[in-house]
Amino acid sequence: MSSPSVISFVAALTLVMLAVLGKVLPGWCVFLLVTAFAKGLAALGLVLIIRSGLLSFGQGLFYCAGGYGAGLLMLWGGVNDAMLLVLAGGFVSLVLGAVIAPLLAGYRSIFFATLTLALSMLAHGALTKADFLGGSDGLNLRPPSFLGFQPASSAEAVYSLYLFACVLVVACALACKVHFNSVRGLLSLAVRDNEIRVEYLGSSVKRVISENFTAAAFLGGIGGALNAIAVAHIDPELAFWTTSGEFVFVAILSGYLSVSAVFAASIMLEFIRSFSSQYFPNAWQMSLGIFMLASILFLPNGIGGLLQRRKKRLEGSKIA
Amino acid sequence: MRKLIWGVLAAAACLSTASFITTPVSAQGNEKVFKLGIVTFTSGPGAESFGTPGWNAANRLVQALNAGGQLPPPYDKIGFGGLKVEVSVIDESGGTTKQVQELRNAFDRDKFDAIIGYISSSNCLAAAPVAEEMKKLLILFDCGTPRIFEDRNYQYVFRNSSHATMDNVAIVRYLQKRKIKLETAAGINPDYAYGRDNWKDFIQSLQKVNPTTKTGSELWPKLGAGQYGTEISALLQTNPSIIHTSLWGGDLQAFILQAAPRGLFKGRQVAIMAGDHVLHPLGKRMPEGVIIGARGVGGPFAVKSALNDWLIANTQKNEPGVLPSQAHYRMTQSVLGLKSAVEKAMAANGNNKPTTEQIAAALRGLEWDTPSGKIKMALGNGHQAIQANAIGVTKWDGKLNRMIVTDVEVFAAECVNPPVGIKSEDWIAQGFPGAKCN
Repeated sequence: MSSPSVISFVAALTLVMLAVLGKVLPGWCVFLLVTAFAKGLAALGLVLIIRSGLLSFGQGLFYCAGGYGAGLLMLWGGVNDAMLLVLAGGFVSLVLGAVIAPLLAGYRSIFFATLTLALSMLAHGALTKADFLGGSDGLNLRPPSFLGFQPASSAEAVYSLYLFACVLVVACALACKVHFNSVRGLLSLAVRDNEIRVEYLGSSVKRVISENFTAAAFLGGIGGALNAIAVAHIDPELAFWTTSGEFVFVAILSGYLSVSAVFAASIMLEFIRSFSSQYFPNAWQMSLGIFMLASILFLPNGIGGLLQRRKKRLEGSKIA
Repeated sequence: MRKLIWGVLAAAACLSTASFITTPVSAQGNEKVFKLGIVTFTSGPGAESFGTPGWNAANRLVQALNAGGQLPPPYDKIGFGGLKVEVSVIDESGGTTKQVQELRNAFDRDKFDAIIGYISSSNCLAAAPVAEEMKKLLILFDCGTPRIFEDRNYQYVFRNSSHATMDNVAIVRYLQKRKIKLETAAGINPDYAYGRDNWKDFIQSLQKVNPTTKTGSELWPKLGAGQYGTEISALLQTNPSIIHTSLWGGDLQAFILQAAPRGLFKGRQVAIMAGDHVLHPLGKRMPEGVIIGARGVGGPFAVKSALNDWLIANTQKNEPGVLPSQAHYRMTQSVLGLKSAVEKAMAANGNNKPTTEQIAAALRGLEWDTPSGKIKMALGNGHQAIQANAIGVTKWDGKLNRMIVTDVEVFAAECVNPPVGIKSEDWIAQGFPGAKCN
């Protein structure tokens, strides 16, 4: 299950299945999946950090930087191509992450979490005051094009956006899957278990954390850029702590054991929110809270833990 | 335990699949029903002062319309031209991404024929292009930013009430007309786009009509701050002759309750851009002699008419003693505008339920009567309404046992709104060219 050819085969199959699924599902549902994918990408970045035993409460900073990076490139630079915009968003966050990472890599636990939170709230405050960027109202974007293809109808636009998001998600998930099983990726788990031992083995804990943080920033940027072109609007809310909190929610729900669980959790959260605000317009926040409590109580390792447990059980029964 | 979790997950999956299959069938294009969605804050800080009153106003109005013959003419037909109106509410809180999702769900999954909504300007900005892309009717009702129809043309998006420019221009015209001392002007406004735009409009307009006015302190408390002790000290120390504020809701109430005992309202003028919605909750604790506006000729400014009497009676039937305020008026005029457009389009369509395009064509450039006076879709190619505005001064009325307004000045819509073809910002900067005041 871990050889590269098997993984790429599974990835290709997933992509085809997702593409077919998008044709079958109604438009609103496809759009919901796109936003779930965007948030899932940012949460996947957060999972990278969580694997080394740290929790960032400021993933929204990179989500926002990616969104504004892509948005401003479209508005000021006249670029309309979705792929270029998303890569630019990811790049902006990558640079930002690379600058911040060495500063943060020396901190652990609550200090790390609050510092990341502080940085994202700083960005939120600055953007709110920046009148030339629309202040708290934000800016509207144009509809994007996809490798020269400009969708004509609303349905076409949503489906092409969805296909584009699927490609991004599968590519990023694949990269993370390979990374999780690599020596470098497994080192993160070692850092989580015992930092001193990792140092004695000759690896730099600080470097592992910096690299994870920078990679997480890149994923956050890609997610933010995808969200920006999907919603066609950017505002400082992207860097607000509630946005970061949502990623933490997804990461807790998915656990750090599986890549696909992150997207499953993100999709689940979006659907629960959508349906609870349809059926209980006055209590949708409460249903989200109850759901979160229940998932922490009954699924302490997240959906990923559930999947892995099931896999182990199946393997166990085969041996028996 | 494991089985239980899988069971719950499976049940959730079944439920959501079931709703995929069932929703489109029950909602598919009913020709006798008009499905109207109202998007407004049912949670968060905007709910108490604007969200809930807005939804209540819409819901009660629709119930009265469905019963038929309760409103004075020309609104005495059942529902929208005989179509029963099904109305439901969607919560506006949760940020722009959620609102864009919800709007797509509303049109695509729940098959709403039209949506009236949005109090927050960022939600308005984000929602408008979505409705345009989906070719569905969206009517914005309370958000202020003039950017929406000034930056882009729309076919399917309307705003059946004025944008925020007139709110500040009217206050400045009032100050000028009543010859109020204008040496220095200070502002305390919430620290987000709405507050910043209001202060900018106010101070620029003021310095146009009275170039000698000096700018005093500009204070920017955070939205939802609740504590204004430092700001009040700063204002007392600099002692400006006029203080402008666009704080709203609980923030405004807290500011007034903290500022009044410290004497901020004595010896200087405080102008509250939108203040009518706190008159009822504050009661006698609202100081007298404060200049307030109501973002239109509504609330305490509303002129006596059959329609306005109906609105007051219908509000008080459910909430005894409450006078309808800003959100009630702006929502009522939005629904009545849609009703007028649907009925006009139906008449042209052989009394059949009109298409979205037909309703949009009927609403473009329409004029209709409302409890807050005549509304004209004058700007943005007939998609943005203008309306008259009124400013007055608070005074306690012992007989009515509530705060009323005196020294009221009503400004015609064309006096406080920019004319066609000029952006609000430029209109103010150029000194209000083309304004028609009586």
